[in-house]
Amino acid sequence: MGNLIRSKRFWLVAPAVVYIGFFMAVPLLQMAYVSMLERGDYGGVNWGVFSMDAYISFIFERDLMDNLVVNTDYLEIFARSFGLSAMTTVFALLLGFPTAFYISTQPQSRRNFLIFLVTIPFWTNILVRNYAWMLLLRNGGLIDGALNWMGIETGGLDVLYTPYAVSIGLTYTYLPFMVLPIYASLEKLDHRLVEAAFDLGADKRRAMSRVILPLAAPGIAAGSILVFIPCLGAYVTPELLGGGKFMMIANLIGSQFGAARNWPLGAGLGFVLLALVLISMMVYSFKFKSLPEESR
Amino acid sequence: MSDVVISARSVGKTFGSGADKVTALDSVSVDIFQNEFFTMLGPSGCGKTTLLRLIGGFEQATSGQILLEGKALNDLPPFKRPINTVFQSYALFPHLTVKQNITFGLEMQGTSRKQADGRAEEMLELVRLEEYGDRVPSQLSGGQQQRIALARALAPAPKVLLLDEPLSALDLKLRKEMQVELKRLQTETGITFVFVTHDQEEALAMSDRIAVMKSGEILQIGAPREIYEAPTHRFVADFIGDSNFLVGELVDGGAGERAVKLAGGSVIALSQDVSDQRKGPVTVSVRPERLGLIAGNDANADQLTGTVSTVIYFGTDTTYQIDLGNDARLTVRMQNGAGAKADFAEGDRVAITMSPDAVRVLAD
Ligand SMILES: Nc1ncnc2c1ncn2[C@@H]1O[C@H](COP(=O)(O)OP(=O)(O)OP(=O)(O)O)[C@@H](O)[C@H]1O
Ligand SMILES: [Mg+2]
Repeated sequence: MGNLIRSKRFWLVAPAVVYIGFFMAVPLLQMAYVSMLERGDYGGVNWGVFSMDAYISFIFERDLMDNLVVNTDYLEIFARSFGLSAMTTVFALLLGFPTAFYISTQPQSRRNFLIFLVTIPFWTNILVRNYAWMLLLRNGGLIDGALNWMGIETGGLDVLYTPYAVSIGLTYTYLPFMVLPIYASLEKLDHRLVEAAFDLGADKRRAMSRVILPLAAPGIAAGSILVFIPCLGAYVTPELLGGGKFMMIANLIGSQFGAARNWPLGAGLGFVLLALVLISMMVYSFKFKSLPEESR
Repeated sequence: MSDVVISARSVGKTFGSGADKVTALDSVSVDIFQNEFFTMLGPSGCGKTTLLRLIGGFEQATSGQILLEGKALNDLPPFKRPINTVFQSYALFPHLTVKQNITFGLEMQGTSRKQADGRAEEMLELVRLEEYGDRVPSQLSGGQQQRIALARALAPAPKVLLLDEPLSALDLKLRKEMQVELKRLQTETGITFVFVTHDQEEALAMSDRIAVMKSGEILQIGAPREIYEAPTHRFVADFIGDSNFLVGELVDGGAGERAVKLAGGSVIALSQDVSDQRKGPVTVSVRPERLGLIAGNDANADQLTGTVSTVIYFGTDTTYQIDLGNDARLTVRMQNGAGAKADFAEGDRVAITMSPDAVRVLAD
């Protein structure tokens, strides 16, 4: 009987297992394989000819004498991607926490409406949104024009096609991913704990730093991950708002599969990224386990 | 017990407006003294929590004022009041250890870490949980959490400690233990306790004085004995312990005393000082254990008589239901034991004896 139920339950998840197993694991394995092959001269790979060139060329290049010398180009792009993603996460946190906090202090009926507003940007295609930002940020664009009109001579805003433009665009795109988990943790927060803090002599600032922030930490952490990781893989925004000048990892990978015709390197870069993300997640979850609230 | 610490003057509180308007407190006045265990007792929804929250500063009074040592508290936010609260839900900080919970208030006052730690040790000793400083609240039982909540609120040495039904979540045995503990803590620390409960036994056992509340008003304030033995209102007599109510008319009992003449013609003597101005129908209350029974044929003309309708034996005492006729009924509780008087059986004719000081004329 129990077995029957269990096997029935299994059939409930079976479609998802098959779907994920096939459409995620198979291509992933295929890419792992590709990353360890020799590149084909006109794109593609030479099947069956193994080579670690992709991983070697991530850090080294061959000079004219065929010696390996360190090449920091790709490392720089990785570093920039991590830096931009970190900056974006910080921006999203600075904007997202007060927003989530404000929403959580509103009456229930209003909260649902505000949460709905937060999700509105999802309704528009990501390309459209990024083009909209181009119109806003470009020299002589809406923001530049408005500033000049108010008498602030910008002499051209010169923001578009900089890393800042990319970060602004990414912040906008991923802000809801920051707001929603933080809101979820703040909504759960027992208001009586805040009253207890006041009761014990904490003013608003200290009630925030000593009680609200620590208790919202899981939400803040979840939001930061949900912003940071997709940022690392952002493709459209750096392409459009960075004008292709400030490549991020995804653009680099894209170019390897495209113009550069170096599939193994593209696949290899993808796996380096995956490894870095997994390692940082492990470090993160290990650190978080050691907090007292997790030991309940 | 002379200095007034907390003084509420005609304090009113309404919630909402228009059709949803709720009057939680209706012109409440009370003085609470230094070093007193003061209890607010009343049924659910009578405004106990509201009054406590007003004193704590979590709510603003709609009318009237609250004074702390003679100074109006009005708009002083909770964190500026030297008053701490033990919340019904304990509200311990789940992300801090027991010790950090206890030192929280001290840290907010700017006490040095070393001093705060010392004080925390002291508090843990006071509530007898020395070993538990490094645990987090979720690793404690309900009763232990309760004690930590107490220790946390007591640590900054507040002038007044507010306790909102702090024992209601505990089982009976633990509750009895904590009652004793609370009383001990109050005596040892000398801090004024304002305690809220809807459990009359708890109130009687622990308090120096009790305020009995009903729908946003305080009906009577007094020592437990006074509240029990001399209730002023039918509600008070009924809410605290059991009581018999008899309806009659105030008459002159001779010798300057007054008396109550019941519908059946019998007269009850009073020792209570009832104003000469008061006339007409009144209700009196008599506790069942203050009544006695004698055989019906020994009665004199003025005495209240009836028929025993039920006898219930409780071990330590026996309860008799007496039918007085005209749908009137009385409960008499008599102790069993060595010197016990004769038993009565169902159907016996009996006369009821009562001493004048057992009878209270009620205000309503
Ligand atoms: N925030 C509020 N908004 C509206 N009405 C409220 C609010 N707080 C309390 N009330 C109302 O005020 C009245 C008194 O409530 P209060 O919480 O003081 O009762 P209580 O005596 O503490 O009851 P209990 O023993 O059940 O805790 C109740 O009728 C309640 O519905
Ligand atoms: Mg209450």
